[in-house]
Order: sequence, then C-alpha cells, then structure tokens
Amino acid sequence: MSLTLEQVHRIAHLARIEVSASEALSTQGHLNGIFQLIEQMQAVDTTGVEPMAHAQDLAQRLRDDVVSESDRRAAFLAVAPETEAGLYLVPKVIE
Amino acid sequence: MINASLKQLSQALAAKQISSLELTQLFVDRIARLNPTLNAFITIDAEKSLAAARAADVRIAAGTAGRLTGIPIAQKDIFCAEGWRTTCGSKMLANFVSPYDATVIRKMESEAGLVSLGKTNMDEFAMGSSNETSFFGPVRNPWDTERVPGGSSGGSAVAVAARLAPAATGTDTGGSIRQPAALCNLTGLKPTYGVVSRYGMIAFASSLDQAGPMAASAEDCALLLNSMAGFDERDSTSLERPAEDYSRDLEKPLAGLRIGLPKEFFGEGCDAAVMAAVRAALAEYEKLGATTVEVSLPNSHLSVAAYYVIAPAEASSNLSRFDGVRYGFRAEDYGNLDDMYMKSRAQGFGAEVKRRIMIGAYVLSHGYYDAYYLQAQRIRRLIANDFVEAFKFCDVIMGPTSPSTAFKLGEKAADPVQMYLSDIYTIAVNLAGLPGMSVPCGFVGGLPVGLQLIGNYFAEARLLNAAHRYQQATDWHLRRPLGLG
Repeated sequence: MSLTLEQVHRIAHLARIEVSASEALSTQGHLNGIFQLIEQMQAVDTTGVEPMAHAQDLAQRLRDDVVSESDRRAAFLAVAPETEAGLYLVPKVIE
Repeated sequence: MINASLKQLSQALAAKQISSLELTQLFVDRIARLNPTLNAFITIDAEKSLAAARAADVRIAAGTAGRLTGIPIAQKDIFCAEGWRTTCGSKMLANFVSPYDATVIRKMESEAGLVSLGKTNMDEFAMGSSNETSFFGPVRNPWDTERVPGGSSGGSAVAVAARLAPAATGTDTGGSIRQPAALCNLTGLKPTYGVVSRYGMIAFASSLDQAGPMAASAEDCALLLNSMAGFDERDSTSLERPAEDYSRDLEKPLAGLRIGLPKEFFGEGCDAAVMAAVRAALAEYEKLGATTVEVSLPNSHLSVAAYYVIAPAEASSNLSRFDGVRYGFRAEDYGNLDDMYMKSRAQGFGAEVKRRIMIGAYVLSHGYYDAYYLQAQRIRRLIANDFVEAFKFCDVIMGPTSPSTAFKLGEKAADPVQMYLSDIYTIAVNLAGLPGMSVPCGFVGGLPVGLQLIGNYFAEARLLNAAHRYQQATDWHLRRPLGLG
C-alpha cells in the first residue's frame, strides 16, 4: 500500500492538522515507510480469532448515581485559552 | 546520601540522622548544578519541593510517617500535579498548570509523603524511544552525553542514573520504562495493566499505558510500587484486587525457578555483545538455582506492526481533546472554528505526534478499519495467547530489553521505523498486558545493558524477587556514571 499526496491531505484534515505542501510531502514519505512495516500483518490468517481490544476482559463497573465531585468550575476555566462569563470562547459558529 | 537506597534513606530519616529538608536540599542543589547539561527535568520548583520536605519532617516528628515519607522523587511530566506545570513534553501543554492531582501523585505525595523534586523530561506525549521528540529538547545519557537515554521516560531515567533523584516514576506504553532503564543502568518495572491507576496520567494509548517505578534496585522498585498501586474508582480499567506488599517475596531463594527463553528473542536482530551480557546473566541465574527452558512466542515478530496500528488509533482519539478550546495551546491567528483547531494542532504538536495521530485517523477511517485496526487486534490476541502457552512451561520469561546499547543523539531521529524497532522486545508485553522489568546486567563499551524479565499476570512480586536475588549476587546495578561531579 502507498498513500497518495491527496490521501495525506485527507488524513490530515480528518485529524484536524493543517499541513503545508512541503510538510505533506515529507509526511507522505514517513507514513509510507511506517505502513510498509504495518503491512506485515496482512500476511497473517486471523480467521476466527477474536479481536482483543483490552488486556483484561472486564465488564464496565457501575456506581450509584450520586454527586462525588466538588464544583471546581473556576479552577478548570482558569486553564482555558479564552473564557467569558463562565463559558469557553470560540470563533462564531452560527452566523 | 546521594547514592543511598530508599531503604537506607528511610532508615536515616526515621533515625533522625538527616531531615527530609536537608536531604531534599542536597538533591535540589545537585539538580541546579547538573540539569543544565543533562536536561532531565522540564520543571523544577525548589520552594515547592522544600515546603513538601518541611511537611514531611512534621509527619516524621509527629510519628505519623510512612516508610517513604520525606524521600525525594522525580515525577514524569505525564502526571498531572496540582499547581505544577504539566507539559507532557509538548508545546501544546507548555503553559498548562494542572488544577488537579493524578492518583499516582496523590498516593505517592499526599499519602505516602514522598517529596516531588520536579517534573521530568520525556518524549512528546510519550511517543518516542530516545527522548528526542520532547519540545523541551533532548535528554543526555550520563554514561555518554553524546548518546540518548532512551524513551519515553528518558528524563526520569537520567534523573535517577545521574543521582539527581533517588527514584522516579515512569510510564510504559510500548517499553517506555524498560528501554530507558536498560540504556541508563536502572531497574524499572511496568506492572500488569490495571494495577496502577491511569487517572490524571495524560493518555497516549489507553489500553496499553501503565505507570511504574524506576530506581536503582528491585528493592527500591518494590517499595515504590507499594505506594503507587491500588484500585481507583476514577480509572474505569483499574483492577479491584486486594492490596499487596510487593516486597514480600524479595528474599525467596530462586532454587527451582523456571526461566523461559523465547527463541524469537535469541535469534537475529540483537547486538552480539548485548546478547553475550544477557547470556552471562542467565548463567548467573543458573548458579542461583534457576533452570532455563526454551519457549516460543511465534507471533512476537508481529508485535511492532500491530502496536503501530493500535497505539496510534488510540492516540488519535485521546489527543483529539487538544483543540485549543478548554486547555493548552491556541494558535495566534485563525479564521473560523475549524481553522482554529487545524492551526492550533499544527503548531502545538511536534512531527512524531502528528504522524501518529494521522496513522490513527487513517486506520480507523471508513474502508480501512477492518484491514488494519481489527486485524491488529486479532494479532494482539495471538500474541497474548503465545504468552499464555509459554507460561505453561516457565515462571518467568527472560531476554534482552533492547537490541542495542544507547545510540547516538540524532542517529535514528530521521527514520521513524528504525526508532520503532528499538522496542522489538518490549512491545509484546504491553499488548498482552503483562508485567515486565529491566534489570542492569552488564556493560558493552562502557554503556549499560538491560536484562528483561517478563512475568505472568500479577506476578510483580515474583519478578521483583528474581531481580532482587540477582542483584544480591551481582553489582551491575550499583555502578554509577563517572565524570559528572
């Protein structure tokens, strides 16, 4: 498998990472090298093998629906790039 | 005191031979002197460290101290620590001061009373094997400052190796505790997945990430693990198990211990001199009463390939939170919201992190999910099953930790695939979720070699026992780099 430049741009967009034309070119080379390594997997017959998502087969724990955390809104907003009136500020989304 | 073990420090503090304040000052001064050369710490704050030391001295005087109270520790900068800048080695978090403590920090500092000396350098978001992807510059190996310390916990490894700290924390997703431990002559332990809480530990690949201790000896690691491990309801993958004393079996004789040697770890691909040091360590184990048996991990050669699908897939999801909205870096100039995301992430992440996010986005995307992501998870199962089979014939698996000694700065930085292959012996352990260690076992050309020990699930105490008895019979782990002053 070999990624085209167009695919690199598409992946970068999916990942929401801006790439310049020259970055896309070097990224293409690096990603294709990595995918060559990954391709080894394709030769293995895994028919009937259950995919393993996790090291421990655990059921999700449930807990009682009670308040367990204190209100730390100010402390958590304080680390944001931009806030106003207790809200996170971002560029206008709806014109 | 600089070279003392945690047990010795604990005894000295309890006997009032030294105060935590004096001890902490000793390390604070040493960091001020040597860190500019080694770059092991990203953030130090002497006032904070000394204040914590004074609080520890109060506990010691009041008789409420634990075994580790007052002992200084270096914390990998992947753990959120309230009031401390927590960067994860990234420009993205270069100005992030955490509003809360990771469970590991809370347990080790608030509860056990260890004194933080600061936050150690690391590969950006723990993605690297040489510490060269850090936004804060590379860390230098004290055994040869032209060489890398390994990664991603390279700063923690160097902090301990150069005795800027008596011990440190690390995290290990594909070898990030064991490989730098090997390259810097330390003892490092990656516990069974789920033994140490991941709460507040900045996530790279959530199904693989596990925190553990890095120290001079197995005995030190056991004491540290006692303070780190335990069920945490804030981590949905934390395991509910009774508390253990990981030092309980340290002194057990090794007579009858069955050591499995995977033939795949003793073939091509490993430096011959490194292999000779590993073989010599195995001979020492036989003298201690252990027996060796050949085992096989027939799918282990696929572990790097499967890992570079699974880890990036999880990373692309985990790192989507860094969008310039709630915390972290936001680009200066941008147009609409999407443009703000794209520019903030383009400028805030380094090249290796971007590569892994993009691999992850690709293998999870429509049309490729089955061929890559599911296939990798199926191979992960085969790799885990190999270990189940091997442990029918042995108690501990051993082999090299890393195929080579520390390489030169810049040597592998331009070729991601070469860098990834530094972890050929460690990655399978994370995929299976098993505990693994690296233990100093010799030198090649003045550079340390690590012996890897792999245990069955929850066999930490047994691994520590095997490592400790070896360290009673050898002195590799006591060797220190010269010329640092």
